[in-house]
Amino acid sequence: MSVTATQKRSVGAVLWDYLTTIDHKKIAHLYLIGGGFFFILGGLEAVIIRIQLIKPENDFISAGFYNEMITMHGTTMIFLAAMPILLGLMNAIMPLQIGARDVSFPFLNSLGFWLFMFGGLLLNCSWFLGGAPDAGWTSYASLAIDSPGHGVDFYVAGLQIAGAGTLMGGINFLATIVNMRAPGMTYMRMPLFAWATFITSVLILFAFPALTVNLFLLMFDRMFGSAFFDVALGGNTIIWQHLFWIFGHPEVYILILPLFGLFSDVFSTFSKKRLFGYTAMVFATMLIAFLGFMVWAHHMFTVGLGPVANSIFAIATMAIAVPTGIKIFNWLATMWGGSITINSAMLWALGFIPSFTIGGMTGVMLGSAVADYQYHDTYFVIAHFHYVIVGGTVFGIFCGLHYWWPVMFGRILHEGMGKLTFWTFFIGFHMTFFIQHFLGLMGMPRRYWVFLEDQGLDLGNLISTIGAFFMSFAVIVFIINIFYTAAKGERPSPDPYDGRTLEWATASSPPPHYNFAQLPLTRGLDPLWIEKMEGNGKMTPAEPLGDIHMPNGSILPFLMSLGFFIAGFGFIYQVDHSAWYLALYGGMAFALGCMVVRSFKDDHGHHIPKEELEREAD
Amino acid sequence: MKGWMGKIKALALLSSLALFLSGCGKDNLTALVPKGYGSEVSFNLIILTTVVMTFVFLAVIITYVIVLLRFRKKKGQEDFIPKQVEGNQTLETIWTVIPIILVIIMAVPTVIHSFTLSDTSEADEHINIDVTGNQYWWHFDYKDEGFQTSQDLYIPQGERVYLNMIASDVTHSFWVPSISGKMDVNVDNENTMYIEAYEEGVYWGKCAELCGPSHSLMDFKVIVVSPEEYDQWIADMKDVDPEAEPESAVAQEGKELFEENNCMGCHAIGSSPAQVGPNLTNFGDRTKFAGFLDPTKENLVDWIMDPESIKPGNKMTGNYPDLSEDEADKIAEYLMQLQPSEVTPDSAGGLK
Amino acid sequence: MSHDHSLNPETMPQDPEKATLEGKNKFMGLWFFLGGEAVLFASLFGTYLALRNSTADGPASDEIFGLGLVFVMTMLLLTSSLTSVYAMYHMKNNDYSKMVLWLGITALLGVGFLACEIYEFAHYITEYGFTFRSSAFGSAFYTLVGFHGGHVLFGLCWVISLLIRNAKRGLNLYNAPKFNTFSLYWHFIDVIWVFIFTVVYLMGKVG
Repeated sequence: MSVTATQKRSVGAVLWDYLTTIDHKKIAHLYLIGGGFFFILGGLEAVIIRIQLIKPENDFISAGFYNEMITMHGTTMIFLAAMPILLGLMNAIMPLQIGARDVSFPFLNSLGFWLFMFGGLLLNCSWFLGGAPDAGWTSYASLAIDSPGHGVDFYVAGLQIAGAGTLMGGINFLATIVNMRAPGMTYMRMPLFAWATFITSVLILFAFPALTVNLFLLMFDRMFGSAFFDVALGGNTIIWQHLFWIFGHPEVYILILPLFGLFSDVFSTFSKKRLFGYTAMVFATMLIAFLGFMVWAHHMFTVGLGPVANSIFAIATMAIAVPTGIKIFNWLATMWGGSITINSAMLWALGFIPSFTIGGMTGVMLGSAVADYQYHDTYFVIAHFHYVIVGGTVFGIFCGLHYWWPVMFGRILHEGMGKLTFWTFFIGFHMTFFIQHFLGLMGMPRRYWVFLEDQGLDLGNLISTIGAFFMSFAVIVFIINIFYTAAKGERPSPDPYDGRTLEWATASSPPPHYNFAQLPLTRGLDPLWIEKMEGNGKMTPAEPLGDIHMPNGSILPFLMSLGFFIAGFGFIYQVDHSAWYLALYGGMAFALGCMVVRSFKDDHGHHIPKEELEREAD
Repeated sequence: MKGWMGKIKALALLSSLALFLSGCGKDNLTALVPKGYGSEVSFNLIILTTVVMTFVFLAVIITYVIVLLRFRKKKGQEDFIPKQVEGNQTLETIWTVIPIILVIIMAVPTVIHSFTLSDTSEADEHINIDVTGNQYWWHFDYKDEGFQTSQDLYIPQGERVYLNMIASDVTHSFWVPSISGKMDVNVDNENTMYIEAYEEGVYWGKCAELCGPSHSLMDFKVIVVSPEEYDQWIADMKDVDPEAEPESAVAQEGKELFEENNCMGCHAIGSSPAQVGPNLTNFGDRTKFAGFLDPTKENLVDWIMDPESIKPGNKMTGNYPDLSEDEADKIAEYLMQLQPSEVTPDSAGGLK
Repeated sequence: MSHDHSLNPETMPQDPEKATLEGKNKFMGLWFFLGGEAVLFASLFGTYLALRNSTADGPASDEIFGLGLVFVMTMLLLTSSLTSVYAMYHMKNNDYSKMVLWLGITALLGVGFLACEIYEFAHYITEYGFTFRSSAFGSAFYTLVGFHGGHVLFGLCWVISLLIRNAKRGLNLYNAPKFNTFSLYWHFIDVIWVFIFTVVYLMGKVG
């Protein structure tokens, strides 16, 4: 450990460090903190929804407020919790896995985070400024245009800003993986998580612009009097649905593919076996991503697109089951014949298999257009996508946090609490959502503020709500675990799990800010494992020790995002009073000014001299 | 651990099975007891896909349990290094090909029925009803017969009825789970679906597309009567005299109040193409008031006095003069005696 | 890599824009960015195609479009793409002043294009009362073409900033990638315009 790193620093200095950081590992921390905050917020919203539905005709919250809750729960969980936490994990781990010292665009990386954060804050400001958006997270145009107040305007502005940040993150990861792999790290030697990051980034790149356009159209209609969705002037609201799902369906694969990669790494590590069918796994991921763009209209089977469209999209949807099935069986085959260690990280991965399989099953069932006429927009759908997003994404996030906590924070999470979190969450999750399949088929549509008495829906809803309390308890235990670990957690070696890939081959835990003093030489899949099997125990350097070039930190990303944040308010309120144009133009000018400063000030980065590296190695 | 996991799974399956057996939900609401053509077709596919998928699930779970039983790290063998298997082409081919076959098994009927359910080529030979979705009520225009009604849709048993649906404000979705799957009611274009009910009865209908605060209260009913009763009902509805004086004095006062307060500005009694608010021609026969309230006079008075507290965001609130409870009571008296037909929901067995 | 990034003909690498890791990153990053932009414009084109006949009794495309001006605009933009190729050619030959000259011409052509577009929009509004709010067609037209115009404007600001910033510095391995990425972006804008010309104006006039 270096002397400087152990020195106590003032709170202000730490804060300034994080505001200006462009180190991918610290940006990962920021993403995890930001995403974690919104995850708790979204979770509270979920609990409020479930309390409202604990009994028939409940009046715990009002109808309008309930719609705000469901809208914000969905929007928050997807855009502000799951995605940022995934981007955080990718940021923390992917550069290490490919043996890079940093990402391609450290500045953009930081900008992406701050845009997400300010976008999320802008969206949530709506709670205090006359009400949150209330047209559902899908915000279908006819209702979104009809919605009074500024709620939906906040949705538009907040997501536009946060979405731009995500797009930057995606481009950054793509360029990083193409250009910055360590010597010997060919594409087909990359760990599955790095592959998944790559493919997910492609999805982000091609999916988010559709959302951007859609949000612009809605913004123009609501704030500037255009007529895209105004039927009287020839507009068409189905355009919103198409563009939304052209974005929205790839989005669900953006949420799950990184975790497919992560689970592959985890199963392999804790079974002490290389991944079964590596090539098939890579191509299955690609195929899922490709098909993910071809199935958007299965969210629109009841819109009346006609039997030809419905049939094509139904078949394409069912076809996704094939590569997904390949993955599940390859994971089982990876464990087959292995020597399986079960700790809290592995528990989440093991819990994922049955849970996600159920989600995948119901996915295929939903893909059958004719059956979907009954499932569509009911609790069956709610159950399905929670099985996928909670059983896949959230389980995966917990798995990743337990697995990589040592790499990210230099501590190891408490095992006992980890297992308690898993079991309560696992039981609560199945309690909450399994029953909802039946509620849907028994006639309960989704987004219902109340369900009526004597319709046979009481018991199922009660069970579901109790399950939600179990999940809340699990999250509380996890939060306690974080604080406990920060205070008293065990300090692990850089390789506590007998790892196989390069994130476990760093000099310390957490890794130094330049990651590798000398870039490692990769000689095959699972590079660290190869060196261990050949008795070297550590990576062979691919270069002599020399000066390391690193980029400089900057406050500009924070300031630019702040500018867009202010401009967001300007956009929202200029319809009420033209004085708000001041905020609009002022914020934009400020952000663009920061861009000009960035362009005009040369930033060549700095060098860490060889001597310092040698000193730190001792 | 694995014992635990198994137990929990078994418990979950058992409890859901118990729930399933204790009833598939309310008889005239659930999609699991199909009572019409559309719901039957959908139900058959639900069963087919469920069976196929359960087969896959079992394959996964059995392998999974074996893996967890056999390949845990064993005491005394902590340093055991398993064979590093790269893959197995035969196995991988098997678990690629079998799912493809399963997908085909499910895809073929899906495609066939996608076409049968959306085939409207014979619409002209059957009953056609125009449906309009409004925040938060349903308008039914029997355009061939030349009259309208709201909230309660009467159809004859065993006959195809084509519904031409459009929304007046925001997107809604028309769903009567027992009789048919749903179809969106768009603002942009007219969607046509057909329904055919096998049994007489009163069925619950729901709006299935978020349409505002009272989305969950936008219920309606489909009343399936025998073809003879249906013809009778049509004749009675065509025969309505909107100007008919009520028999009781209170109701007569109510009628005057109804006219004085310009309730007809929105609510038609008798045929009227205008449809700002629900048509009240056969209001006295409604299964429910406002879609979900028991049809009692108290509920109706409450509704007339303060609809906002009952159906938040409705379009009636604030669009008529304040009424005293006494006035509301008289109007209620008038409305509840609007019973133009012998054929009522009770003819179909009443709402359960 | 030394701190002195200036070049002379002896140390000049084959591709100065891709000689450094930063350069490679910029090159790759911009290509990916353009991929995203392609989807953005595809969505706008899709929306336009869906709404191009929804005129709500307002002016229709064949009444208002005049191909003459649009042809001039097309020529301006196509030529500017060519001049930016010349600029890149001179960059690779390490001829800084000629590169600046050709980029200047590119910018001028871009300004000319934008002026025509502003004139065109003003013409529609004043002559036909055809605005952003007239009909769904109006909204879709101004949004699609306006997004493209906005991209041209952004490109102009970009190249002018580059020229001002590097006016006295000459070419080096730090700024070569920046000029190159601008040129790539400019080609992309040009390609989008070709689609707009075909889908909006030709199909609007003839189809």
